[in-house]
Amino acid sequence: MSTILKDPKNIEPGTGVLPDPEEVRKEMLARYPAKVARKRSKQITVNKIEEDGSVPEMGSNVRTVPGIITQRGCSYAGCKGVILGPTRDIVNITHGPIGCGFYSWLTRRNQTKPPSDDHENYMTYCFSTDMQDQDIVFGGEKKLKAAIQEAYDIFKPKAISIFSTCPVGLIGDDVHAVAREMKEKLGINIFGFSCEGYKGVSQSAGHHIANNGVFTHIVGKDDTIMDAEYKINLLGEYNIGGDGFEIDRILKDCGISVVSTFSGNSTYDQFANSHTADLNTVMCHRSINYVADMMEIKYGIPWIKINFIGAKSTAKSLRKIAAYFEEEKLIKQVDEVIEKEMKEVEKVRLDVRSRCEGKLAMLFVGGSRAHHYQELFKEIGMKTVSAGYEFAHRDDYEGRKVIPQIKIDADSRNIEELDIKPDKEKFTPRKTAEQITALEEKGYEFKDYKGMMPDMDEGTLVIDDISQYETELLLKIYKPDIYCAGIKEKYAVQKSGIPMKQLHSYDSGGPYAGFKGAINFYKEIDRMVNSRVWGYLEAPWQKNPELSAKYVWE
Amino acid sequence: MIKTKPYTATRNACKMCTPLGAALVFHGIEGTIPLLHGSQGCSTYMRRYLISHFKEPVDIASSNFSEETAIFGGGANLKLAIENVARQYTPQMIGIASTCLSETIGDDVAMIINSMDTSSIPAMLVHVSTPSYTGTHVDGFHHAVQAVVEQCNPDTIKIKYKPRAKKKINLFPGMLSNEDLRHLKEIFMDVKTKMTLLPDYSERLEGPSWVEYQAIQQGGTPIRAIQEMNLATASMEFGSILGSVRKKGEKTAGSWLEHNFDIPCVSLGIPMGVKATDLFFSHLEQLTLKVIPEKYKRQRGRLIDSYVDGNKYVSKKRAIVYGEEDFVTAMAGFLAEIGVIPVLCASGGKSGLLKQALDEIIPKNILKQVSVHQGMDFTQMEKHARELAPDFAIGNSKGYPMARHLGIPLVRAGFPIHDRVGGSRILHIGYKGTQQLFDTIVNTLLRKRQDTSDIGYAYM
Repeated sequence: MSTILKDPKNIEPGTGVLPDPEEVRKEMLARYPAKVARKRSKQITVNKIEEDGSVPEMGSNVRTVPGIITQRGCSYAGCKGVILGPTRDIVNITHGPIGCGFYSWLTRRNQTKPPSDDHENYMTYCFSTDMQDQDIVFGGEKKLKAAIQEAYDIFKPKAISIFSTCPVGLIGDDVHAVAREMKEKLGINIFGFSCEGYKGVSQSAGHHIANNGVFTHIVGKDDTIMDAEYKINLLGEYNIGGDGFEIDRILKDCGISVVSTFSGNSTYDQFANSHTADLNTVMCHRSINYVADMMEIKYGIPWIKINFIGAKSTAKSLRKIAAYFEEEKLIKQVDEVIEKEMKEVEKVRLDVRSRCEGKLAMLFVGGSRAHHYQELFKEIGMKTVSAGYEFAHRDDYEGRKVIPQIKIDADSRNIEELDIKPDKEKFTPRKTAEQITALEEKGYEFKDYKGMMPDMDEGTLVIDDISQYETELLLKIYKPDIYCAGIKEKYAVQKSGIPMKQLHSYDSGGPYAGFKGAINFYKEIDRMVNSRVWGYLEAPWQKNPELSAKYVWE
Repeated sequence: MIKTKPYTATRNACKMCTPLGAALVFHGIEGTIPLLHGSQGCSTYMRRYLISHFKEPVDIASSNFSEETAIFGGGANLKLAIENVARQYTPQMIGIASTCLSETIGDDVAMIINSMDTSSIPAMLVHVSTPSYTGTHVDGFHHAVQAVVEQCNPDTIKIKYKPRAKKKINLFPGMLSNEDLRHLKEIFMDVKTKMTLLPDYSERLEGPSWVEYQAIQQGGTPIRAIQEMNLATASMEFGSILGSVRKKGEKTAGSWLEHNFDIPCVSLGIPMGVKATDLFFSHLEQLTLKVIPEKYKRQRGRLIDSYVDGNKYVSKKRAIVYGEEDFVTAMAGFLAEIGVIPVLCASGGKSGLLKQALDEIIPKNILKQVSVHQGMDFTQMEKHARELAPDFAIGNSKGYPMARHLGIPLVRAGFPIHDRVGGSRILHIGYKGTQQLFDTIVNTLLRKRQDTSDIGYAYM
């Protein structure tokens, strides 16, 4: 054991003295064999911010070493589960054996609200071709066609999409050909995704595949222009725990209309119509920036990065949207909404802050959440000492300026990059080049994401694709007051006596976005870090002076 | 019998994939890490799924296929994965289950393992073939138990002279809850007979907080005990379907031990309900030559007494039972016993043996009113149930939307239960478990009646 674990001053919680991150990093890498250690050393970084604002290079989006138990999912999960899952009126058929469809059946808490019970909502269904031996041997295309026909006969949906699981690519079923054939036959939109689980290094590959598919097959199909003043798309917001509902409420109060959300509480028609918006706002940069980029090139819609997690960030994002439209009326209305909402937020925030100030948080989740949620913790005085993403790329850590330097490896090369050109008829720049420059000169940032690391303190530990072993060390050394990740990590962390908040499913809570969401989150964290249950872990009669072992939380 | 149109597609399946069952079995063996040979999504999905039921850490490693691996074969990845798991977790056993991916490309896992230099890997490597396109999670479960038993008790072992003075029983319980497994252990302790339960995830998947970080949670059947299964005096295997499979000549863990080591194997249904539990205790008495303690007679007495008291509320009620075929059979048997008509018995499994199993357990007069379906999904079930006017449904959480649409209460039992706490603490078996099921069913029906009554009487 290294000095860092032995030295009591390093591990006394509440003293304000944090361990030396370089030592922690060394300790973390010590147990790995040389080759794995070399690989991991690039993905474990002590944060440092240079004068020009640049941060150290962060290894990310590289394949997890086989045998290391990771948080990551697969391409299918990213494509079907994350991007297409939240759209309620597309029939999603999983082409493969039963497992993949079953495990992605309502397991993400993306909510949807059809206008009435008579409206379509296929999200509660799990459609699968349930491939059997004979389909693997003789091919599953026939079965897939029959499944599509059935879905059409029963539901008459606007669209049907097909998701390929691992064996599909291997046995050579051509889902795209089947989609084309059935599209012609049935006259509805049918499209397939080659999102076999082995493609790419994580669910991130699936996001990209889904972005390409949605953009190619749906976006731009309906040119009706919504009768509203300020029309935006909300990209990368998946309405987990009702986040999207809260954001919609605030935007509505501000007089801003959402043409389409990608893809929380969304519909097929919204996607089809989304190219008519005036501005694309991007929440989760990782999962949806491809669509934002493609829409800018093809239709001339600029995009900006926004963040509705955290009350301050919400206010800032609203003002940023208002500034884009450059209209006094909107700017004033936004200010009024913020002022009104912040009254209640501040009351709760100050109360909760009095109990949470100085406590330590760690976040290892997603491709943007680990960054966004730091805002909420900051607002109640908690410090993020370590954070990292599950499936992000370098630009999500270091900012988009590093994109040209990112090395393309075999795994990324396998994911198609669409070659997009401006649409001859539908390309209409929303702002002239001069207008854009004028805004930029005032400090307005288009098409930029600064990344997580510049927002984090120096000396914090940034860890990409964290393993269980590394998690255990972090808990032992830092004894954080709360750890945030997903359900797979939840119970192992809590066994160590440390509260664990799920930021994928919100532990059946939420919303946490927007102003009401911030209040919910403050209260939730207050409940968790100040819970008395941790005091009961050991019975009084269990205390045995002869035993020297200690719980992590002691 | 009502005919339903056969559909090609499965909508809202009532089954999970094969490797999930195998992964669960490996969690019930001491110091064992499951390793799925396939894409990383499989292990992530199954971990997430098992965790949602058990609310405990569940670790499943993956050989993490890339596109390249899928083309050129997964041998190198599997070897690397085994080495890494061995180094990080120092497990006693690594349970390697295949997936649809590795099976489709035809990876010969046994050969890959055999060609490995395992001198630096102290763990025992067990392989089970679980292509997701064959069978259900139950098949994966039974195949994994069988693979472990075979590998730990190879037929090359010379059978030594065994005086067999002390009785020792192997018990293969099938897919039961943690509480069920604990109850079985309690029963054998009470009859003072040594028993090896395989698998036993009751401690590992429901442990207290840790003093020290546990790379592999404590608990599970000790490997040494599995290796000594060939020295037992008898084996017991739960599950009527599994029993029929064995009768047909297919291999099971019990039949392997019977065939190679002359250990008699008794097959019986999951002991839910008085009749099934009576049968279990009778076998127990015969196999152990011990007197069943007074405690169980009393449990039985109380149960029968409550059957009398509660009969009025359950008699002729109509139930939908769904889930794994063995679960459905045992549950339907119990329901028939208390006068409930299991009007629809459905499973996603397709062993072809469900009807026969129900024939054997349900009295003829009730059987006439039972509609049996295998390979059924929840959408078909719901459609069918509408014609059957059920009073309640009993089974796992996945049936909730159906129950909700039908406007009937759902009694949660089996696996998975992810919309309530304590799913793994439900006791289904023995007189005690039957008592709990009975009380829950009666109270669920009473609650419904009380809540929907205009007056809301507070006396029965």
